[in-house]
Amino acid sequence: MKQNKQGYFGNYGGFFVPETLMPALEELIENYQAAQKDQQFHQELNYYYRQYVGRPSPLYLAAGLTKHCGGAQIYLKREDLNHTGAHKINNTIGQILLAKKMGKKRIIAETGAGQHGVATATATALFGMECFVYMGEEDIRRQALNVFKMKLLGAEVISVNIGSRTLKDAMNEAMRDWVTNVENTYYCIGSVAGPHPYPQMVRDFQSVIGTETRRQILEDASQLPDYIIACVGGGSNAMGLFYPFLNDQDVKIIGVEAAGHGVDTDQHAATLNKGKPGVLHGSYSYILQDQNGQIIPVHSVSAGLDYPGVGPEHSHLKDIERVVYHSVTDKEALAAFHLLCRTDGIIPALESAHALAETVKLAPKLAKEAIIVVNLSGRGDKDVHTVAEIMGVAL
Amino acid sequence: MSNRIDVCFAKLKTSGEKAFIPFITAGDPDLATTVKLVQAMAAAGADIIELGVPYSEPVADGPVIQAATQRSLKTGTTLTEILKTVRVIRQTATVPLVLMSYYNPILQYRLDKFVADAVAAGVDGVIVPDLPVEEAQPLAQAAAAAGLHLIPLVAPTTTDNRLVAIAAQAQGFIYCVSITGVTGARQQVNTEIAALTRRVQAVSTLPVAVGFGVSTPEQAAVVAKQCDAVIVGSAIVKVIEQSPGTAVSQVAEMVKEFKAAL
Repeated sequence: MKQNKQGYFGNYGGFFVPETLMPALEELIENYQAAQKDQQFHQELNYYYRQYVGRPSPLYLAAGLTKHCGGAQIYLKREDLNHTGAHKINNTIGQILLAKKMGKKRIIAETGAGQHGVATATATALFGMECFVYMGEEDIRRQALNVFKMKLLGAEVISVNIGSRTLKDAMNEAMRDWVTNVENTYYCIGSVAGPHPYPQMVRDFQSVIGTETRRQILEDASQLPDYIIACVGGGSNAMGLFYPFLNDQDVKIIGVEAAGHGVDTDQHAATLNKGKPGVLHGSYSYILQDQNGQIIPVHSVSAGLDYPGVGPEHSHLKDIERVVYHSVTDKEALAAFHLLCRTDGIIPALESAHALAETVKLAPKLAKEAIIVVNLSGRGDKDVHTVAEIMGVAL
Repeated sequence: MSNRIDVCFAKLKTSGEKAFIPFITAGDPDLATTVKLVQAMAAAGADIIELGVPYSEPVADGPVIQAATQRSLKTGTTLTEILKTVRVIRQTATVPLVLMSYYNPILQYRLDKFVADAVAAGVDGVIVPDLPVEEAQPLAQAAAAAGLHLIPLVAPTTTDNRLVAIAAQAQGFIYCVSITGVTGARQQVNTEIAALTRRVQAVSTLPVAVGFGVSTPEQAAVVAKQCDAVIVGSAIVKVIEQSPGTAVSQVAEMVKEFKAAL
């Protein structure tokens, strides 16, 4: 693969989409570049971050979890406290503002756990646009609450009943819609995946997480963290936290993938740990595939991590060893989910519980002066049914 | 040795004919039937035949070809097996063969190995629907060196700047996507296709083929007035889906009707 090309992070990224979409991507690149230089765009974005999303989100020293682990101080970046309950809104407000400036009136999105769907439906309600959300049948079943929320917000949820009926299939259908309706439609991708410029643009919108965290930890602890940790599905909450710290060489960075039933089974979603580079959904990145290049089924208890690809910038950060990528199982994530409920009175999203599980393993090995920042990317309300089902409790 | 696609279009130009290019998904319902279908379509007058390589994430395809892809993958079809099948076909047929494959199966096969094996098997061209000109260089170079044509797609949304870049790298023919959308039948064929084919003809001397959304001989006849070749996929694949037992003879009949309409 070529290097130093537009839209590449090292060897990864690019635009692997049908020709029909290329002019739309060129238009998006041009408009996004203009928006980046536009003070008014940033002022508007910051206004909505502050007055609508509720930013900055707190950086909370989790006293209970820290005491429980008996090692490093554990700070939680409280993206769960954002409007709509997750980091996803940082991106959708940015993209929908941009779409509005581009004169687009019809918005489409894919969603796994439903958080990006809800965040897109929220932003389109706010700005008065039409919204269609593609969601796998299996995820619709797992995330009934979010499906209903999207409908309340005026979005149409389109059930995808082909393939594995999860996030990747929802993304395929969204791409097909975009190919068909490209002339009036804006595709609001929810992660740092997809063709250029999405991985870069979504990272930029999400990097408000890391920018705030850096300032907050310096104010609160007068030092940078020793570790920052986030879960990685497509990888947007992780890129958002990591990006402003990439040049801080003393800050160790850990991304946590979903090991499902275990990385040595065929039921996991640990793309960077077990995958190989290839092309999926418009970019060259690590993907979970068989020897013939067919995408293989993935599993995670968390619908938001249940994806066979990962953002291309993560693939680059893995190869250059700036970030290490570990994985935790469904069981470990569920244990961490229950733990945080009890230690700090916070019900985390199952996605975020993966980052917490890694933290629970790491913190006891570190000195009490050490600092870990974990991205608590979302709240667990949407997962209460899943957890109850696993516990055998009928709600 | 010259490429069979070029020879085919040169011959048709002399006789004043339009090319008919049917598409089927290789391995649907199985590769043995693919051999029979190709032989029957060639005998029925197909000028070039497109064989789809199944991929688990066919984002440019509508429901009919998605379903064919799933049927084919279920029987374990791989690119390696398809190339073996092409060798079998080549024992009896000289019809030009074009593979239509998404990029990842080719990438995982390895570009240089794919190009060498495809040419050795008797493949004449390859169409990669998710490989725009920006990303096509590695495959284009390998293919050009081996004499395999990398056939580009252009769409109604393609700008003039892009057309020039695409035409500069194009080989074999230029595939005009008649509509903004995925593969599959449409009630109406896009009558504005002439605008696109004229723009293509202004920047390239290569033959122009039109596909996506052409499903009846009547539509094919309308489209053929604006181009050198008409491609039909979903309408044929649908017949294979509905009556796998009699597909070979039915598809041959269809090919005759389409060819006669051009």
